[in-house]
Amino acid sequence: MPTVLNIVSPMDALPPPKMEGVDVKVFYGAKQALFDVSLPVRNRSVTAMIGPSGCGKSTFLRCLNRMNDVILGARVEGAITLDGQNVYDKTVDVVQLRARVGMVFQKPNPFPKSIYDNVAYGPRIHGLSANKAELDGIVETSLKKAGLWKEVADRLDQPGTGLSGGQQQRLCIARAIAVSPEVILMDEPCSALDPIATAIIEELIDELRQNFTIAIVTHSMQQAARVSQYTAFFHLGYLVEYGETRQIFTNPKEARTQAYITGRFG
Amino acid sequence: MAATDTVSTDRTPPSRGFGATERIQRARRAEAAFVGLGIVVTSVGAVTLMALLGGLLSDGWARLTPEFFGNFPSRRATQAGILAAWVGSLLVVLVCAFVAVPVGVAAGVYLEEYARRNWITDVIEINVNNLAGVPSIVYGLLALGVLVYGLGLGQSVATAGLTLALLILPIVIVATRESVRAVPYSIREAAYGVGATKWQVTSHHVLPYASPGISTGVIIGLSRALGETAPLVMIGALSFIAFLPTPPVRDSFPYISFQWLLDPFTVMPIQMFNWVSRPDPAFQANAAAAGLVLLVMTLAMNGFAIWFRIRMRSKIKW
Repeated sequence: MPTVLNIVSPMDALPPPKMEGVDVKVFYGAKQALFDVSLPVRNRSVTAMIGPSGCGKSTFLRCLNRMNDVILGARVEGAITLDGQNVYDKTVDVVQLRARVGMVFQKPNPFPKSIYDNVAYGPRIHGLSANKAELDGIVETSLKKAGLWKEVADRLDQPGTGLSGGQQQRLCIARAIAVSPEVILMDEPCSALDPIATAIIEELIDELRQNFTIAIVTHSMQQAARVSQYTAFFHLGYLVEYGETRQIFTNPKEARTQAYITGRFG
Repeated sequence: MAATDTVSTDRTPPSRGFGATERIQRARRAEAAFVGLGIVVTSVGAVTLMALLGGLLSDGWARLTPEFFGNFPSRRATQAGILAAWVGSLLVVLVCAFVAVPVGVAAGVYLEEYARRNWITDVIEINVNNLAGVPSIVYGLLALGVLVYGLGLGQSVATAGLTLALLILPIVIVATRESVRAVPYSIREAAYGVGATKWQVTSHHVLPYASPGISTGVIIGLSRALGETAPLVMIGALSFIAFLPTPPVRDSFPYISFQWLLDPFTVMPIQMFNWVSRPDPAFQANAAAAGLVLLVMTLAMNGFAIWFRIRMRSKIKW
């Protein structure tokens, strides 16, 4: 992985895109959900995607790790690159892609297994550890990075579904981190959480960008403003505007962006 | 009031009081009538089962001795037992489970998780559902033609087991499909999200989480197989048999024998039917006792299914 300076000042060059959508079109059957979206997801930073319901932001996010492949009748055109390689290329294995581009979902969805087994699942199926001690290490590190270790260290054998909603979501983040992805996709990760749990996750996202590239879909514009460095505004399947978060929220170029962030629609 | 065009400015309606009106009372009576009817119709099932149990108990209780379980059938009613029948039932159900469970679960999982939705799967689905309604004697006819004569398996434990497997296959398939469908989609997404293949998602997550429902369906199916008579009469189960199938273990190499699969057999319901059809009342008592044993076996299996489902459901929480 190339090392990139993480300083984002207006005059400096922006970090290179880790992933990039190029003229992405998505169809669900005959219905087109995305129209020619071209959007970078820059290295080791947080890119937020905002817009009203049904605007295509989640659809775009799900193209990044080809989660749409599972949906019947979904078709993607255009290119999405990871380190310059088109992930929809025939030579790309979707399972390997998802190990490199992890995902955290809207509703916390831990497996009905122990906390340990939840985090260890990914490393186990990818053979990331040679022995039990190594696996223990991965589980501990992942839970620490997800800010959950202190709360669960003494009850790793308890079911993950017994945790609170916010803890469950951090468990899901730990599960995603455990396979050492390069990119983490988050699909409205806080929409099912209370404000305190949300604040904890937002802090966590800010820490995670030291090591990971993050793309997050959110319904909350405040959240986008708080956690992201770049923001993309989607509307009716089109990418309306993309830019640095500060610019989008203080000085949007498009009238529609202006209208949305000031709450006139959406 | 002087003129008709003056409208009262007092908008408060007259008080309606708190007592039940005629209309409310009528609604209440209808409800009470339904509740009464409900209690009656609900108890029909329970009372019938109780009466059945009571009848069997009073007729057959005296015959439930250890010898009854350890004796072969006999011309003398008091010496006759159900040894061949319960061993036969056990072996037949064992063969049935051994075939129906893997085939049914695999078919159910394939249909639900892998098969594309098109007219072929629609046809298969309709067929599977229809098979559940085919009279069991028709399966006997099929088995007679294909298994007994076609494959030359004869009137054996294997034939009976395979026939009953065929019979309960739709039950297992439908139970599997429903349990698999009940696993939340978000769990599958979670596994895909960390880079699991479809087979890993299915075998590591979907199947284990669906297993309580699948096992319940399997047990219900097997208890149905245990009580089935018609198809076994059709394939020619013996009703008087004074020996057991070959034991599965031998004292010489290779120590394991599958000869029992090809041995003739009888099962509990057929033994019962044989006794019922005799004029001697002593044999009627035998039939009642055998019926009691069969009923207890089936109820125990169903009870186990319920207990197992509750236990597993409490373990798996989404």
